[in-house]
Formats: sequence, structure tokens, C-alpha cells
Amino acid sequence: MNDFIAARSQMAISLGFHIVYSCIGMVMPLFMAVSHYKWIKTANPVYKNITQAWSKGVAIFFATGAVSGTILSFELGLLWPKFMEHAGPIFGMPFSLEGVAFFIEAIALGFFLYGWGRFNKWFHWATGVLVGVSGIASGILVVSANSWMNNPSGFDFVNGQYLNVDPIKAMFNGSWFSEALHMTLAAFSATGFAVAGIHALMIARNRNIQFHTKAFKIAIVFGAIAAILQPFSGDISAKNAYKTQPAKLGAMEAYYHTQPYSPLVIGGIPDTANKTVKFGIEVPGLLSFLVHDNFKETVNGLDKIPVKNQPNVTMTHLAFEIMIAIGSTMMGIGILYFIAVWKKRSWLTKKWFLNLFILSTPFGFIAVEAGWTVTEVGRQPWIIQGIMRTSEAVTPMPGIHYSFYLFTAVYFTLSIAVIFLLFRQIKMVPQLYEGGD
Amino acid sequence: MLYVVITFLFLAIVLYFLLGGADFGAGIIELFTSEKNRHRHRKTTYQAIGPVWEANHMWLIIAVVILFVGFPVIYSDMCTYLHIPLLIMLLGITARGTAFAFRSYDAIKDEKTQQFYNHIFVYSSFITPLFLGIIAGSAISRQIDLQAADFMDAYIYSWLNWFSVAVGLFTVALSGYLAAIYLTGEADDEIDARRFIKKARYMNILAVIFGGVVFIVAEIENIRLAHWIFGNPVSLIAVIAASISLLILWVLIYKGKRKIIRVFAAFQVTMILLSVGYMHYPNFIMLKGGQSLSLLTLHATSKTIDDLGWGLFIGSFLILPSLFYLYYSFQVNRD
Ligand code: HDD
Ligand code: HEM
Ligand code: HEM
Repeated sequence: MNDFIAARSQMAISLGFHIVYSCIGMVMPLFMAVSHYKWIKTANPVYKNITQAWSKGVAIFFATGAVSGTILSFELGLLWPKFMEHAGPIFGMPFSLEGVAFFIEAIALGFFLYGWGRFNKWFHWATGVLVGVSGIASGILVVSANSWMNNPSGFDFVNGQYLNVDPIKAMFNGSWFSEALHMTLAAFSATGFAVAGIHALMIARNRNIQFHTKAFKIAIVFGAIAAILQPFSGDISAKNAYKTQPAKLGAMEAYYHTQPYSPLVIGGIPDTANKTVKFGIEVPGLLSFLVHDNFKETVNGLDKIPVKNQPNVTMTHLAFEIMIAIGSTMMGIGILYFIAVWKKRSWLTKKWFLNLFILSTPFGFIAVEAGWTVTEVGRQPWIIQGIMRTSEAVTPMPGIHYSFYLFTAVYFTLSIAVIFLLFRQIKMVPQLYEGGD
Repeated sequence: MLYVVITFLFLAIVLYFLLGGADFGAGIIELFTSEKNRHRHRKTTYQAIGPVWEANHMWLIIAVVILFVGFPVIYSDMCTYLHIPLLIMLLGITARGTAFAFRSYDAIKDEKTQQFYNHIFVYSSFITPLFLGIIAGSAISRQIDLQAADFMDAYIYSWLNWFSVAVGLFTVALSGYLAAIYLTGEADDEIDARRFIKKARYMNILAVIFGGVVFIVAEIENIRLAHWIFGNPVSLIAVIAASISLLILWVLIYKGKRKIIRVFAAFQVTMILLSVGYMHYPNFIMLKGGQSLSLLTLHATSKTIDDLGWGLFIGSFLILPSLFYLYYSFQVNRD
């Protein structure tokens, strides 16, 4: 494995790991706040138990999220020193504000986790809400940093120099809104479905029904709403990608040849050598519709872009397909849930209905990973779109593959540990929260 | 604004040392605590650092962000030439943070897994400040060579030298000392308090020994540490202030004033950092061959520095009062 590939793989695995924890860190505090609120309002102890059970799980995720984030903030420099040297002062603004947001989050978390029975109950509740709000704020801020890499602005690039730097403009670059919206929704739908799935499993197994039904409901309402909105926000992202990164859009859709009534390929495996897609279904005009809102306007394809500026089409396309497939499925399940709530209450306790949610537990997180693969791999070979190549940014230090193996081992171990702890948490629900059922 | 940003950078580093360092220190003295007392020790540690460790840890992030936004060249060179110790430090932070959270939040508290978390917690609490110290030592050891052609010279000897290691050990001893002093004030009863005082005494002695070693090694390796520190009035006064506060601290301990002593310990460590920081200011990293990476020349453009300064300024209005209230609620106002 050469050093460049090792560095990219290490970055990818670190981010892929961190993103799971950050989604949970952004969303779970709000779930807890809802259940906490219900406890204060109804005095039903089940809600208190849910809040406390969740908060124990979340504390584990928080710790893991915090340390993996710390690794990342160094890794940017450890792996991409030349990138940080130029980009730091430009896209650093959201990172410094993010630092503030994390700080507030960490303080609020201290109050929330250790504050049971110590403070005024509304103060305690508010600290929980603050954890969630600052978590979401920091998520949006980091994503704005990432969107700058996709759509750099806030400086003039003259003869290899970065002049007239304006960090505020860089932060509000043209892509920040679409990316932040899509990511926030993704965090809600992924976490909502994952949490709902686990509680659905417990309901199906007849454990602490009251506890798990209430928990399921809180999680799925958030998850389903976000899942229904997700494809619309994805459409905004795709239109934006076409405007700012046509090579990325071309690779996502495996769209090699520019033509009017541009077709959308569903499924299929891109064949880069022959510039065709095997086994895919072509729907004429659909890509034109998605990009331009009409069926005939030409969409520019990969043939308009020099090969050396194109990303890996196979990977980008497959990742995109996975995200779309899951996105459509989750939207469908979300709609089904609301049909059940409003029209067919009997479904709610049916086996098949619960199984649907159990099955979709990992879907959202798979889509999150796939979506980031689209964004990051689709930007290649650029680390800053159109400005700096990834290969120019990599550290000169040799032997990065050792550090890649090391980090892979660390993340692997941590993942196993977190899963192990989560199982123990769930196993203990009956003993710890006996009174609640 | 540049000076505001530099002040925040210095503050973030000092606070990370005072708060984060003490967190590590709690693990270090756990390492030196006999098996039968460990359980009580852990309970005190949990009460003392449980609510605040994530917040303490944030100072490091703030320092890093200030570096890469405001002083990108310094950050990039540091990450390149000190890649390996930074990596080990990160692994230490990871192991320690997760082990601490896991042992507190594991739903089933059986002996075997708890033992396992304890081991990781204790050893990583030792490794992390050791490498933090090594990194700090390397920054002033003049062993970082931007021209180095050879792997060993560029990436190993930049940090693996006696001076850096001595600074690392000194950092470990100081962290343990800080933690022992803080925990003395947290102890639930007289026996525990005495135990912590004993630990503080050992750590204090160790710190003095390693501090001496740092000076001796510096002389041997031709780093004119003594000359720098005693040659400028600010560093000299800081060192004297640190020594006086050390005396006062031990007098207070024997008078049984156990809450206030932490202020003196913190003051003392701040003075040590100030004296070292001031002596090579504005240079952040001192390179082989006499050149240095200076905060006053290698900063980002003024627009970035201004925005960063404002960001930090506004941020601290939000952060400091709530942080203070957090400490107040969980430490001062505990019972
Ligand atoms: C639960 C997760 C999830 C789901 C169901 C979807 N996405 Fe997504 N998608 C993400 C999670 C995600 C993500 C991980 O959050 C990304 C990566 C970067 C970003 O901002 O969001 C992303 C990126 C991303 C991008 C690339 C943006 C860019 O790089 O500029 C596009 C075009 C879409 N998505 C489009 C869609 C469409 C049309 C979906 C509808 C079915 C969809 N996504 C469902
Ligand atoms: C603010 C957020 C992010 C920043 C600043 C960021 C930055 C980077 C950088 C510097 C690289 C290395 C250069 C490159 O290969 O382009 C990279 C690569 C990568 N990142 Fe991101 N990233 C972010 C979010 C994410 C997330 C959340 C994920 C994952 C789920 C992700 C997945 C990847 C992948 C898969 C690569 C490797 C691309 C390749 O090797 O082709 N990124 N990112
Ligand atoms: C799209 C990508 C990202 C998102 C949505 C995201 C979001 C979050 C969130 C919500 C948290 C707090 C929750 C928790 O602690 O579990 C977190 C933690 C953290 N993240 Fe990320 N992050 C992303 C990528 C990055 C990158 C690229 C960096 C580094 C430069 C980074 C640095 C950190 C740090 C330092 C923490 C720890 C904060 C603490 O101690 O509480 N994150 N992230």
C-alpha cells in the first residue's frame, strides 16, 4: 500500500467512524429531552427510565465521539499538512466556532449527566436541550467546512497564492446550506431509525413492552419525518453538485456521454474502460428532469471533463445508488408509519410491521457512509475542488501504512467495545428499570 | 488582535495543563495506589472528574484550532515533524477517555471487565502526559530539522532525545502532583485526605528531581535553558513566585487548609509555564540551526486573525461563565 493511498484510507476510516458518533451526539440529546419533558409533565416514571437509560448509552457514545473528533482535528494536519497550511486560515472559521459549540456542549453535558436530583428540574431539562442544540450547531459548522472543500470561496487564487482571504465568506460558501440541511436530516433519520429498530426488536421479544413502546415512538417520529424530507433535500444537493462539481454528478450517475433527454441510470455497474454501464436500467429524460426540471435540456457528462480530473466512477456511482435505494426505502417506511398512526392503528403491534423496523435498523447509517463516500470520493482528485490536488497535500512522512493499520485496529476495537457495552445496557434494562413496567 | 489570539493560545495551553493534566494525574496516582485503596481512590476520582472531563479536554481542541487557523505553517510543520509523538499522544487520549467512560457507564460492573478498563485508564494516563511533555520539549530542543533528508533525523530524532524525554517525565510528575493536591480537597474523610497528601509529597519530590534533570540534560545537550530562564526578569520572577507559592502551599497543608491549596498549586504550575513560555516567546518552535518558527511572523492574514479573535472573544463570553458555574456546582458546592 503506498503512502498516499494509506493516508486517504486512514482519513476515510477515521471520518467514517466519527460520523456515526456525531450523528448520535447531534440527535440523541433531543430524543432524551422529549422523554425528559414527558416525564416532568406526566410524572410517569417510564419516561424517566427511558431518559436515564438513553443517557447512559449516550455517555458512552459521547466519549467515543469526543476522542475520535480529537484524533480528527490532529489528523487533518498529520496527514494533509500542505492542505491545512493553506486552507486552515480560510475554512478555519467554522472550526473555531465549532470549538465554541463543542465546549458549550461538553459543559451542558456535564450538567445533564451528573445533574439528576441536584438542580431545578427545568434547569436540568434545559441543559439537556442545550446539549442537543449545540451538537447540531457544531455538526452544521463542520459540514460547512467540508462544503468549502467542495465549493471553495472567500479568497482569490492568483498564481498559486491564496489572496484576499475572507473566512466569513468561505464559511457561507454556495454549498453550505444544501449540505448542512442534508446532513442534519441524515443524522435524524439514521439515528431515529436505528434507535427505533432496537426498541422494535425488544417489543417483538416481549420485553418491557411499555418502556420500549414509548421509546420507539419518540425515536421513530423524528426518524420518519426526516426520512420523508430527505429525498427532497437530496435533490437540492444534486442540483448544487451539478452546478459546482459536474464531474461529481457525472460520476454519481455514471453518465459518460453528453446528450439531450439525458437518461438516469438506475443500478448497474460502470465499466470505465468502455464508458458504459452494465446491467443498469436507463430512464430517458429523468436526469434532465432532476437537474434542470425539464425532460429535454442537455446535462453535461463526463466526456466534457479531462480524465485526469475525474473521480473513480464505479465507487461514486455504487455509493450513490446505495444511498438512493436506502433513501427511497426509508421514505416509504416513514410514510407507512404515519399511515399506521392515522388510519391503521392495528398495524402498530403486528409482527410484520415491527420486523420492517427491525430490518431497517442499520439502513440510515449505511446511507450516511455511502453519502459521504459520494461527497468525498466524488470530489477526487481534488482536496479543494479545482484548486489543490489531494496528492499535493499529503504528508511527506513515509510509512503511513503502519499508522493506517494501527488506526484501523483501534477503530475496530472501539467499535466492538461500544457494541458490547450497548448489548450490556439493553440486557440490564429489565433489572435496572423494573418499576417502569 | 494578533496579541489577543496569542493570549488565548497561551491560556488554552495553560488551562489544558491545569485541568486536563490533573485529570491525567488522577490516573497516574492511581497507578501508585495500593490495591486495597484503589477502590476508594476511583470513587473520589469519579466524583471529581466525571462531570468535567469532557470540558477540560476541550482546551486542547481550542489550542489546536487556534494553531491551524491562526498559525497554519507552525501547525503544519509541527504535525509533520512531530507526527509520531502526536500519534502516540492521540492514542493515549483515546484509550484514556474511552476507558474512563466505559468503566463509569458499563451497565454491568463485574470485577474482570472493570479491572481491564482500570488498566487501560491507568497506563494511558501515564503515556499521554509523557508524550505531551515530549512534544513540548521537542518544540524548544532545537532538534527539529526542516532540511533533514534522512527518516531518522526528520521524524525520530526530532523528538527522541534526552531533553524531550526529561521534559516528558517532568510533565508526568507535575500532573500527578496537581491531581494529588486537587484530590486532597475532594477527599471524603481524613484518612483519604492524608493519603492524597502523601501522594502529593512524593509527586512534589519527583517533580523537583525531574525538574533538576531537565536542567542538567539541557546543559549537556547545549540547550541554554538556565541562561534563558534566569536571564530575563519575567521568567525569573515567575520562577521565584512559583517557589514561594510552593512553600506557602505546604504550610497551608499542615494547617489543614485543604480547599485553598489547589489555587497555589495551579498558580505554581502557571508560573512555570509562564517562565518557559516567556523565555522563548514569540518563537513557538525552535529549529535546528538557530532558526525559529515565530508566532509574530508566521500568522495568517489579518482578516483571519481578526475574525478568529472575535470568535474567541465572543465564545469566551458564552463559555467562561457556564464553565465556572459547572465547577462551582460540582466541586465547590458539592455537599
Ligand atoms: C440517512 C442518510 C441519507 C439518506 C437516506 C440520503 N442521503 Fe444523500 N447524503 C447523506 C445521507 C443520506 C450524507 C451522508 O449526509 C451526505 C454526505 C454529505 C452530505 O452533506 O450529506 C449525502 C450526500 C448526498 C449528495 C452529495 C452532495 C455533495 O457532495 O455535494 C447527494 C447529491 C445526495 N446526498 C442525494 C441524496 C438523494 C437524492 C437521496 C434520496 C433518496 C439521499 N441523498 C438520501
Ligand atoms: C467536515 C467534514 C470533513 C472534512 C473536513 C473532510 C476532509 C477530508 C480530507 C482532508 C480527506 C483527504 C483527502 C481526500 O481524499 O479528499 C478526506 C477524504 C475522505 N473523507 Fe472526508 N471530510 C469530512 C467529512 C467526511 C465524512 C463525515 C466522511 C465519512 C463518512 C468522509 C469520508 C471520506 C472518505 C471516504 C475519504 C477518502 C476519499 C478517497 O480516498 O477517495 N469525509 N476527507
Ligand atoms: C461531517 C462531519 C462531522 C460532523 C457532522 C461532526 C459532528 C460532531 C458532533 C455532533 C460532535 C459532538 C458529539 C459527540 O461528541 O459525540 C463531534 C465531536 C467532535 N468532532 Fe466532529 N463532526 C464531523 C467531522 C469532524 C471533523 C472533520 C473534525 C476535525 C477536524 C471533527 C472534530 C470533532 C471534535 C474535536 C469533537 C470532540 C468534541 C468534544 O470533545 O465534545 N469532527 N463532531
